[in-house]
Amino acid sequence: MTDPIIKFDKVVKRFDTLTVIDELDFEVGQGEKVTIIGPSGSGKSTVLRILMTLEPIQEGVVYVDGDMLWHEKANGGVKPAGEAHLRRMREKMGMVFQQFNLFPHMTVRRNLTEAPVKVLGMSKAEARERAEELLDMVGLADQADKFPHQLSGGQQQRVGIARALAMRPKIMLFDEPTSALDPELVGEVLSVIRRLAEEHDLTMLLVTHEMQFARQVSDRVCFFDRGKIKEQGTPEEIFGNPKEERTRAFLKAVLEGE
Amino acid sequence: MLFGIEWDTSSNLAFAISILPILLIGMWVTIQATVLGFFIAIVLGLVLAALKSVPLKIVSWPAYAITEFIRDTPLLIQLFFLYYVLPEYGLVFPAFLTGALALGIQYSAYTSEVYRAGIEAVAKGQHEAARALNFKSLRTFTHVVLPQAVPRIIPAMGNYLVSIMKDVPVLSVVTVLEMLNVAQIIGDRTFNYLIPLSMVGGLYLIMTLVASSAVRYLDMNLPKRGLPLK
Repeated sequence: MTDPIIKFDKVVKRFDTLTVIDELDFEVGQGEKVTIIGPSGSGKSTVLRILMTLEPIQEGVVYVDGDMLWHEKANGGVKPAGEAHLRRMREKMGMVFQQFNLFPHMTVRRNLTEAPVKVLGMSKAEARERAEELLDMVGLADQADKFPHQLSGGQQQRVGIARALAMRPKIMLFDEPTSALDPELVGEVLSVIRRLAEEHDLTMLLVTHEMQFARQVSDRVCFFDRGKIKEQGTPEEIFGNPKEERTRAFLKAVLEGE
Repeated sequence: MLFGIEWDTSSNLAFAISILPILLIGMWVTIQATVLGFFIAIVLGLVLAALKSVPLKIVSWPAYAITEFIRDTPLLIQLFFLYYVLPEYGLVFPAFLTGALALGIQYSAYTSEVYRAGIEAVAKGQHEAARALNFKSLRTFTHVVLPQAVPRIIPAMGNYLVSIMKDVPVLSVVTVLEMLNVAQIIGDRTFNYLIPLSMVGGLYLIMTLVASSAVRYLDMNLPKRGLPLK
């Protein structure tokens, strides 16, 4: 593995007295596709939320693309990151949310162009052109003028993916992208993510409950339990021959449900 | 005679007809005071609401304190203060402007709470998406939060518009010639209070009914675009 693009170094995240991430060490290589699986409350989503700067950390250091995420250098020392530093770091990442979180008062097209124009300073024409390309890629080229509520959940999530990609991130974070979807709509979203994984050298970090999917797209699978990586390895190792008792129990419970 | 218009006391009907133009002049002042007061209330209320939503206590706390102070003191005191006290410090406004300002300030405390409720009803995920897309907080507020909050708060704002309209007669104590003041002057001079006061009541009813149906029309015709409205 080359230099990791994401690195967690003894990271601790607490909500009041509850420790959600417990001295986590975790690395993701450039272009690597990593899935995080594990029981609910194990801190899977929190890892993504820390990266997207939605949740601050209490201890440890997170590195993204060679820079500290939650800290910045000052007078030879280190201080908590200011908003300017966080904004610079956020540019490297895009996030897809479980609840889509599209802007309901904007058309699909404006959902995709608003941030590139207003944040990245892209010209309107360029942003629109790029939006068309992305919508085409997620199979929604004809839906640009609709509002989110006029789309199905699966379509909304595909817009969510396109919206994140419109910011040209190096790293894509997927937070249970299909958990809020009706079962028959899961496939269309997964196939978009799968294509993205196969055709682009994006670094991808996915939290998911779709084990079959995790098996197919990941270079590496991490099993989270109580704020730590309990076990990690290639999909073959984790799904074929898990070593930890906790992993086996989890997979057994999940796969029986499928 | 008032505003150069004579009244005719030969019969009740003739009296009513002759004072109607005078009352309408007063009504025009009432409408102007309502519109200006409401405008001040929705602008100032938005500023207060925005300050209250700032996570820094040093910013939000004064906004809360101001809101509470305004809400818990009578409109009349605020009006007297603006009208009698400020001129002592060289700040002299015409009575009408002072009155509209007092109404606007008083109601900004209420509208700020309406805004706040509307703002807080915007889903947390919207803030997170805006943050993930690297919007600055001011842009998140103006482009993501407000457009979703405004359709929700229109009915409540409409109620305050009608309330302000009904509070305009308070301005008569600082000599603003709004409708009730005009009616009272007519009564004082003719010793007939029944007809001018009844007419003011009737005209008020027409104004409030028109205002509330306008608000209802606006509420029903504003695009909701799938916003989860209660």
